Amino acid sequence: MFGNLSERLVETFKGLRAKGKLSAADIDATLREIRRALLEADVSLEVVKTFIAAVRERALGDEVSKALNPAQQVVQIVQEELVVILGGEARRIQFAKNPPTVIMLAGLQGSGKTTLAGKLAKWLKDQGQTPLLVACDLQRPNAVNQLQVIGERVGVPVFAPEVGNGKGNPVSVAKDSIKHAKQKQFSVVIVDTAGRLGIDEELMKQANDIRKATDPDEVLFVIDSMIGQDAVNVARAFEDGVGITGVVLTKLDGDARGGAALSVAQVTGKPILFSSTGEGMDAFEPFYPDRMASRILDMGDILTLIEQAQKSFDEQEASAMAEKMAKDAFTLEDFLDQMQQLRKMGSLKSMLSMMPGAGKLKGQLDNIDEKEIDHTEAIIRAMTPKERRDPKILNGSRRLRIAKGSGMTVTDVNSLVNRFEQAAKMMKVMAKGGNPGIPGMPQGMGAMPRPQVKKEKGKKKAKSGNPAKRAAEISGIKPAQQGNSGSSFGLGG
Amino acid sequence: MFWRKKDKAADVAVEEQVVQEPEVQVEKVVEQLPIVEPTVVEAAPQELVKVELPKRNLTKGFKAVFSRIKFDVENLEELQDILIQADFGVSAAEEIVAEVKVRAKKSGSRTEAELKEILTDLLTEKMTRSDVSLNLDSGKQPYVILVVGVNGAGKTTTIGKLANYLVEGGAKVTLGAADTFRAAAVEQLETWATRSNSSIVKPVSEGQDPAAVAYEAVEKAIANGSDVLIIDTAGRLQNKQGLMDELGKIRRVIEKNLPISEVLLVLDSTTGQNAMTQAKAFTEVAAVTGIALTKLDGSAKGGIVYAIQDQLNIPVKLVGVGEGINDFGFFDAKEFAIGLVGEK
Repeated sequence: MFGNLSERLVETFKGLRAKGKLSAADIDATLREIRRALLEADVSLEVVKTFIAAVRERALGDEVSKALNPAQQVVQIVQEELVVILGGEARRIQFAKNPPTVIMLAGLQGSGKTTLAGKLAKWLKDQGQTPLLVACDLQRPNAVNQLQVIGERVGVPVFAPEVGNGKGNPVSVAKDSIKHAKQKQFSVVIVDTAGRLGIDEELMKQANDIRKATDPDEVLFVIDSMIGQDAVNVARAFEDGVGITGVVLTKLDGDARGGAALSVAQVTGKPILFSSTGEGMDAFEPFYPDRMASRILDMGDILTLIEQAQKSFDEQEASAMAEKMAKDAFTLEDFLDQMQQLRKMGSLKSMLSMMPGAGKLKGQLDNIDEKEIDHTEAIIRAMTPKERRDPKILNGSRRLRIAKGSGMTVTDVNSLVNRFEQAAKMMKVMAKGGNPGIPGMPQGMGAMPRPQVKKEKGKKKAKSGNPAKRAAEISGIKPAQQGNSGSSFGLGG
Repeated sequence: MFWRKKDKAADVAVEEQVVQEPEVQVEKVVEQLPIVEPTVVEAAPQELVKVELPKRNLTKGFKAVFSRIKFDVENLEELQDILIQADFGVSAAEEIVAEVKVRAKKSGSRTEAELKEILTDLLTEKMTRSDVSLNLDSGKQPYVILVVGVNGAGKTTTIGKLANYLVEGGAKVTLGAADTFRAAAVEQLETWATRSNSSIVKPVSEGQDPAAVAYEAVEKAIANGSDVLIIDTAGRLQNKQGLMDELGKIRRVIEKNLPISEVLLVLDSTTGQNAMTQAKAFTEVAAVTGIALTKLDGSAKGGIVYAIQDQLNIPVKLVGVGEGINDFGFFDAKEFAIGLVGEK
C-alpha cells in the first residue's frame, strides 16, 4: 500500500526538486505531505505537530528563499530537525566507576527484552566485559528458562535463583544478583524484567523497587519499532513510573517505518542507545541518530555498513583469497568460506537495506532468500573434498549423489556449479584489477564496501588502465546473473 | 459452541452442556455472542452434537478516547485527530469524519452528544460482521487452529487462554509446539498445556523443522481423538520471505491430513499502521480467517483493526486483555464502538 517513510518523503520532495524557488504555499503543501507521511509512519500526532511547526518556521525564514536550491534546503531542514528529535549526538553506555555496571531493562510485554538482554550481553562480552544476565522476569511462563537458553547460546552466565512462572520475588533476585556479581567480579549486570503495562500501577511500582534495589547505571526502555500512537503514553508511563536513562529500539529489521523512534525520543528526551535488527544474537548495533535520520530520508547508512564489514572480514583470509583469485585457484571450498564471511556481516537483507537508495529497491530486497545460502552450503557440504577442489570431475552420478546427500535436486546442483564457474571467472577479473562491483547487485549498488579486498588488490597489481575494456569484461558476465536480485556471487538463481 | 460427531462422545457432550450452563458469566448484561447457526450441519453425513461453550464477555478492554477533547459539528477536525491517535490511520480517520459530517447534516445534529451517537452507530455498523465466531462447525474433527503472527504479539499466551476456554467447554484439546526457533518457546507452551489440561506435541529435537512438528501434531490429535488442535508457530516479521515460505509449508503439511478450520493472526493492539502490512502479508501466505487482538488492557486503542476489517475483509474474533488464563473474550463491534466513544 505505502512504502517506507523514506519513499514517501522522496515522493514529496520530487515536487520540490522540480521548482527553483519556493513560495509559502509550496512549503505548506509539502509540509502537509510530510505530516501525512509521518502519521502513516506511526509518529505520534503531538510529535508530528511539533515537528511540522519547527520545520515550517525555519522553511519560511530567510535561509530558504536565499538558498541556491530551496528544495534541497527544505530536505536539509527536515533532516536536521529529525536529528534534533532523535537525540542529536550518539551516546554510549555509561559504565560505573566501580564495577559492576548495572543495566536494567524495562518495557511492555513482547517488546523483545529477553532477546535483547542476550544480544546486549554478547555485545558487551565481545568488548571485553564480563557480563552477568539476571532473570527477574518471574511472570511470563518460562521466561527464566528462555534467558538461560540464551545465556548458554552467547556464553554468558545467568543468575536465576527462581524458576519463575509467577513464583518468587523479582526485587530480591535483583538485589542478590548485585551481591553475586560483586563476589564473582562480573563487570556488567544486565537485569531482565517482566513485561508490564504503563497503566499497571502495581507492576510499575515493582519495577521501581527493582530500580531502587539495584541502583542501575542505565535503565533502558525497550520498545518495539512497530508500536503506534500509543508510544507516547507508554514512554511517559515508564519515564514517570521507573525513570529511564535510554531507549532501545527493537525489531527494526521489520518493515515498520519506525515513527515510534521519533515519538519516544521527543517525549522522554532520552537518547536511543541501540537498535535491534534481527533474529541472530549479532543483530544488534549502536543507534546513531544522524544515520537514522539519513535513513529515514533515504540517504542510506553507509557508515554502519562499513563498520560491519570491517568487523567481519578477516584481513588475512581476505589476502589469501585475493592471491587465490589471481592464481585461478579459487575452489568451491573458498566459495563456501566467502559466503560464510559475508554471512558474518549479518543478514544480507539488513546489510543491503542500509545502502543508499535501498528504499526504492525494497521489493527486490524482500525477494532475497537467506535460505538459498543454506541450500548452497548444503550442496557444497555434500561434496567430497576432491570434488570441491575440482568441480570439473562432477559427472552425472556424482551430481545425483550430491543432490541426494544435500536434499536438493540435480538441477539445483547443476545451477550451483554453473554459478560457481561464473563467479570464479569474475573473481579472476576482479583480482586482476577489475571493477570490485558484485554482479547480481541491483544497478547502482555494485560498490559494496569491502575495504580489505580493495587494499589487497592495490598491492597485487596495478589497475588495468583501460576502463572500457574493464567495463566490457564486467558487463559480459553481468547479464547471466541479472535475475538474481541482489544475492552476492550470483547465488540464488 | 462447537460441533462434534455424535458417535464419539455424545453422552459426555450432553452432560457437559448441562454442567456448563451455570458457569456462564453474568458479570454484565451484554448481548449474545453473534454466532451464526450452521445450517449445513443437518445435512452432514454424520450426526453432530452441539457442545455449548461458556459465554465470554469483556469486563475491561475498550477505552474511551474522548476524555480530554470536546468537539462539535464546527470543529470535526478534532475528531479526526482523536481517531488518528487511536491508530485508525489517516485515511480511515478522514473517511469516518466525512461520513459523520454527512450524517450530522442529514439529521441536523450539532451537539457533542448527538455527534457521539452518530459515531458510535457508524462504527458499530461498519464493524459488525456475521463471521466472528470460531469456525468449529464443519464436523471434520479435529478442528485445526493455526496461530500466526510477528514476534512478541502474544501468540503463545493467546493459545493458552483459548485452549483453557475450549477445555472448560468440554472439548479435548491438543497443542502443537511448532515454534521450534525461539529459546524456551516449547516450554512456555507446555506450561500453558498443563494449566489448561491440554495435551501437547513437542519437537523431538531442538530446532526441528516446524512443519514436521505440525505434521506429527495432526497425527497425534487424530489418534487421541481431540476435538481441537491448536498449532503454535514461531513469531516472524512479515518481510522475511524465507520465514513466510516456511509458514506456507506448515500450512500445506497440515492440509495433507486435515482441513484447517481457522488461521488466527495475533495482532498486538499497540501496533500502529504496520498491523495492516502484517495482516496483508500473513493473509497472502497463510490465508488468515480471523484476528486475535491482544494486550487491550494497556492504553492502546487498536483502531487499526477498523481499516483491516474494512480493507482486507478479515474479522476480528478474539480479544486479549491480560496475562491471566481467563483474560480474553470475543470481539463485539458494539462494545468496541461504545468503549471507544465512551458515555453518550
